[in-house]
Amino acid sequence: MAGLITMDDLTNDEILSILDDAERLLPVARGELYLPLLRGRILGNLFFEPSTRTRMSFETAMKRLGGDVVNLGDVKTSSVVKGETLFDTIQMVDGYTDIIAMRHPRQGAAQYAQDAARVPILNGGDGAGHHPTQTMLDLFTIQQAHGRLDGLKVVLAGDLRYGRTVHSLSHALTRFGCELIFASPELLRMPEEIVSDLQEHGANVIETEDLYGSINDADVVYMTRIQKERFADEDEYARCAGAYKLHARHLADVKQDMIVMHPLPRVDEIDPSVDATRHARYFEQAFNGVVARMALLCRLLHVEVPADVSGAGGEF
Amino acid sequence: MSNEHSMRRVTAIRNGTVIDHIPSGQAMRVLEMLGIVGDTSVPVSLVMNVPSKKMGSKDIIKVEDRELTQSELDRLALVAPEAHVAIIRAYAVAEKLNINLGDEVVNVVRCTFSNCITINSREPLPHRLKVVQRDPLQLRCHYCGRPQDLNDLANNVL
Repeated sequence: MAGLITMDDLTNDEILSILDDAERLLPVARGELYLPLLRGRILGNLFFEPSTRTRMSFETAMKRLGGDVVNLGDVKTSSVVKGETLFDTIQMVDGYTDIIAMRHPRQGAAQYAQDAARVPILNGGDGAGHHPTQTMLDLFTIQQAHGRLDGLKVVLAGDLRYGRTVHSLSHALTRFGCELIFASPELLRMPEEIVSDLQEHGANVIETEDLYGSINDADVVYMTRIQKERFADEDEYARCAGAYKLHARHLADVKQDMIVMHPLPRVDEIDPSVDATRHARYFEQAFNGVVARMALLCRLLHVEVPADVSGAGGEF
Repeated sequence: MSNEHSMRRVTAIRNGTVIDHIPSGQAMRVLEMLGIVGDTSVPVSLVMNVPSKKMGSKDIIKVEDRELTQSELDRLALVAPEAHVAIIRAYAVAEKLNINLGDEVVNVVRCTFSNCITINSREPLPHRLKVVQRDPLQLRCHYCGRPQDLNDLANNVL
């Protein structure tokens, strides 16, 4: 594996093995153990568009493992604004670093960067394309809660049209035989080509506009943000957004072990009343971004995570 | 009606190129892909929807005083991969050219998706479209993975 551009770069066995590594790295991610597996290695963080969680969690992951990070910095003050091509930027950073994490507004930028680079590229989001490291942390969160990935019933809700997170995740869940329920306003339905692609891969997909009627027998409810700017008319936005707002009272009859996830940031789609329920898992999910990315950094840099990390740690 | 009869619907050309066995109704797209639409410098004859033993019906194009180049053949492969191309010199077939549609189409057309990284003409890596299905043709961009809009390919010729 050179880099991680889409989830197709990983087999199911590789996914499970990386999630196993992540599980063992949890005490390191929490700062309870110092394990400098990546000492002397440098991560290049190339974020051509805003990112909070992805950029920070990559940086935290690298530093928790004893590695270092160089940042592109603000795109407005970097050479990009002078008209530098992505190819040239990659040539430069490739010489400075051992691995690159990248987010870019154009789709296909990660594959393009991988073709231009010697070092592995970790795709942190390319336009409306892929976001595989988010998918890995989502899978980790689901496995943590349910002890497995296969055969679960997962509701993906909200903006399924533009959300790259749900695109990558639904492909991965299909590979593990999950049943998918897509709950969205008509305007924000999962793109037809993705639904047919999933069905060709054997997915059992149900599409509905009724979120609340879909959650009672679900194992996972994955909420996403509905953005106002997608709607031409404010009334239509208000009607749609109101129908996809999860409140603690909607969770009265759900399964005991059902988890509510969200890639964050949330706006109104999960009421704060949900935070105190046993189902809320979105803040752990955000934390899991660190541990999943730690495991991925090790894997792509060919550094083995010890079977027993407690015996392998060092002094802070 | 025989194939020969179909060919004679228009006058034989002295020098130039005959493109035969174009799928019925695709002749205009072929002309677009070859950049011949709007080119008033060469006489072009077009026969559409004539009976064909092999295809049921087909289109034929004859372009006078112009021999197709390899890069034009590569473009032709995207709209009529089964077409037959003959170079005519002094009323006789001087050469038969093969159209090869490989597994990937490199630097022939650019991705039709407006937000693909390759939209920046200064990016130096090659434009690469993968052939994911041959009949009917389906292409995907190597970089962004988007299925290509075949009707828009002619506007994206490099």
